[in-house]
Amino acid sequence: MAQGTVRSMNLRSMIKQNIRNYSMVMMLAVIMIAFAFLTDGVNLNSRNFTNIIIQNSYILLLAVGMILVIIVGNIDLSVGSVVAFIGAISAMLYNSGIGLFWTVVLSILVGLIIGVFQGVWIAYAKIPAFIVTLAGMMLFRGLTYIITNVSPIAIKDDEFKQLASGMVNIDALTVNNVYYTAIIVGAAVYLLYVLSEIIGRRSKIKYGFEVPPIGVFLFKIIIIGLLIMGLSQRFSTYRGIPTVVLVLGVTILFFSFITNNTVIGRYIYAVGGNARSAKLSGINSELVVFVVHVIMGGICGLAAVIFTGYMNSALPQAGVNFELDAISACFIGGASTSGGIGTVIGAIVGGLVMAAINNGMSLMNIQAPWQYVVKALVLLLAVYYDIYTRRKTGLG
Amino acid sequence: MSDYILEIKNLTKDFPGVRALDNVSLKVKRGEIHSICGENGAGKSTLMSVISGVYPKGSYEGKVFFKGTETHYHSVKDSERDGLAIIHQELALSPYLSIYENIFLGHMKTRFGIINWNKYIKESRHYLEQVGLHENPATIVSKMGVGKQQLVEIARALSKKVELLILDEPTSSLNDEESEKLLQLIRQLKAQGITCIMISHKLNEVLEIADTVTVLRDGKSISTYDVKQDQLTESRLIRDMVGRDLTTRFPEREHKVGEVVMEVKNWSVYHPDYHSIKVVDSASFYVRKGEIVAFCGPMGAGRTELMMSLYGQSYGSRSEGELYLFGKKVELRSPREAIQAGLGYVSEDRKNLGLILIQDVKSNISISSLPKLSRLGVVNTHEEISAAERYKEELRIKTPSIMQLTRNLSGGNQQKVALSKCLLADPEIFIVDEPTRGIDVGAKSEIYHILTDIVQKGKSIILVTSELPEAIGLADRIYVMNEGCIKGMLTREEATQEKIMHIALLN
Repeated sequence: MAQGTVRSMNLRSMIKQNIRNYSMVMMLAVIMIAFAFLTDGVNLNSRNFTNIIIQNSYILLLAVGMILVIIVGNIDLSVGSVVAFIGAISAMLYNSGIGLFWTVVLSILVGLIIGVFQGVWIAYAKIPAFIVTLAGMMLFRGLTYIITNVSPIAIKDDEFKQLASGMVNIDALTVNNVYYTAIIVGAAVYLLYVLSEIIGRRSKIKYGFEVPPIGVFLFKIIIIGLLIMGLSQRFSTYRGIPTVVLVLGVTILFFSFITNNTVIGRYIYAVGGNARSAKLSGINSELVVFVVHVIMGGICGLAAVIFTGYMNSALPQAGVNFELDAISACFIGGASTSGGIGTVIGAIVGGLVMAAINNGMSLMNIQAPWQYVVKALVLLLAVYYDIYTRRKTGLG
Repeated sequence: MSDYILEIKNLTKDFPGVRALDNVSLKVKRGEIHSICGENGAGKSTLMSVISGVYPKGSYEGKVFFKGTETHYHSVKDSERDGLAIIHQELALSPYLSIYENIFLGHMKTRFGIINWNKYIKESRHYLEQVGLHENPATIVSKMGVGKQQLVEIARALSKKVELLILDEPTSSLNDEESEKLLQLIRQLKAQGITCIMISHKLNEVLEIADTVTVLRDGKSISTYDVKQDQLTESRLIRDMVGRDLTTRFPEREHKVGEVVMEVKNWSVYHPDYHSIKVVDSASFYVRKGEIVAFCGPMGAGRTELMMSLYGQSYGSRSEGELYLFGKKVELRSPREAIQAGLGYVSEDRKNLGLILIQDVKSNISISSLPKLSRLGVVNTHEEISAAERYKEELRIKTPSIMQLTRNLSGGNQQKVALSKCLLADPEIFIVDEPTRGIDVGAKSEIYHILTDIVQKGKSIILVTSELPEAIGLADRIYVMNEGCIKGMLTREEATQEKIMHIALLN
């Protein structure tokens, strides 16, 4: 093939290959729209939008770590307890007056150390992750009770709280209660996205690789543009961009990049896809598993400070069932229970599906017990759909 | 005695791309010991699977008569009900259950769903007596050696009132004493009127025990001998087993052999679970630059185990011995170190060890070479895709795109992907384990060309193969292994199929 000729992909095969990614996003859209009808559009208003994100930010963060664990073929049941434990430690650290920055850094460090502890048992002592993290679940819950004396630790001032519910705004850009910082950040992010897409497409054409037809390419760019700008418009008309959105955004981008573009990312998929084959291919699979659990620990640390900030105190009962929410997010987002398959974006979409259902039902005054029932059914059906389409497209 | 307990007429069984059995006919007299011989892949195990109903009626052509009536088995259960039992090479006992539970597993009678174990424990003693196994029936089977486990299998068959007992390589994992005991037992069973079909590679045993021998070759029944009347000899059997034309053409090449690049001295490998059993016993060999060195021998000879152990301790609980690469003594503790030292390994078990089936062709090809294809830990996708495309062209991997999942490829193309992975990692010494197993003739010949190209570039290949023509057609030297030992070495000039079989089976 000559350089410069554009090889277009067959639209049909493209859809077939990506049907699972599309269907997850479609499901999220359908749920949002359905609740928009059921709640007269309340679920889409600026305030509610901001709240959904803040209230679920720590689950979404945990889902990013959890998806790595699930891709590598393991599971982590300890995250809820670890979040509670580090939350208590972070409250103590902060109250001792070392400042917010060091509180966050040290909390993440504690998370990494916990990750090292569990990772050693899992990767090198070869104890199944299920067992190690089940033990971790009990261990860190117990330690939380011990260090907190089973009573909440209040945060001494309001700075910590800003981590979860604070906004990032430039005052000069706020006119008539519209926070234009959000719009500008949104536009900047979008511009970067479009640029990277164009550069990527160009270089693919240059190397003679297949690219999607130009129409599809533009369609995708426009849809993503509508989403990003819509989201920043929502933020701008309430209180601006929440700090957690930035934290979350950076985390998602970073780990998407890690999983898609780096050697360690490929190794994670390889070990999860077939551990023995990966080992024979020269991969240090123990190290890969170990690193994944250390990352999970670090993310627990980050989620812990955000949750503590959100509650404005460290609760001994914090984080109960967080692991289940994070795991559900991953599986709704198309991860495979046997490892090797899953994406960071998928886990986030899965987490948002759960968040949208929770929020929509709360707005409709449907109580928590029914929310559990509905979420359970969504999980079952989503995974069934996943297995069904995979069988149909010959992927599993 | 002209009463046939089993008669097979014109049996043909096809697998996708391969004809495993081709118009096979076989007659087994009631009360005799009938031995079936043939090389690996001759169709012995397939034949037994058809007889015992593993492959149900309708999945093959031809007729099978058992006790005079045509069989219509849908599963092994049906054939067992008729009094036919098969004991596989890989024992099929439930390891954590006791002897008596294993004996009656699947065919015990219950009263209202409740088992009277005491009755069965008592009965099991009778069968254990019969097979000469003096153990407490409550012993957990995994705590006994393989030889005794085999006796439990036979006891299990007896408890099912077996009339025709099929033994697939019963002595392959037994020592001499155990083997002798087992053969003695088979004679006893014969005296009790039980007919036995025994598949075996050990020709001396076959001649010692069998009344009749049938030789299979390439899925065809070649000959049947009455051992006593025909004064059958081992040489005669070997000739029948290998006596085929070399149907595949092997690429011509210059045999330019350089200095020794790999040398192995007294390498022993211990079983992964049973730490005292040696799977490979003091193997010594060397490989020179530009050379294809073949390793032949029957299944279970220890070839794969030896190679995997050399490839960074990938098999076995531990190993002993010395490994020299390019004149330097090395200790390779993981496949990663082996690859760094210049070794490459293409596994015989493509699906489980060679490839990641849920990943695409590109990712499978690049997985061993990612550090080379990346900068600061970030993969250069373009280089990766170019490399994958290059091997797709060079090795003619038939796939719509390199984004295709490897599970959707045919066996031959999967093998090419596995070879590409190894080629991209660019080792000096390739260990290629059964590269043509289960792939069609066309792809085979392509693989031969790929291997030839590799050595022409000055690399070396260790070729583990069960197909003798392949070894003779490709290799500069052939090591013959059996029972964990290297039994001998032949050069390209002196190697014939008969000689290889003689070394493997007779020494």
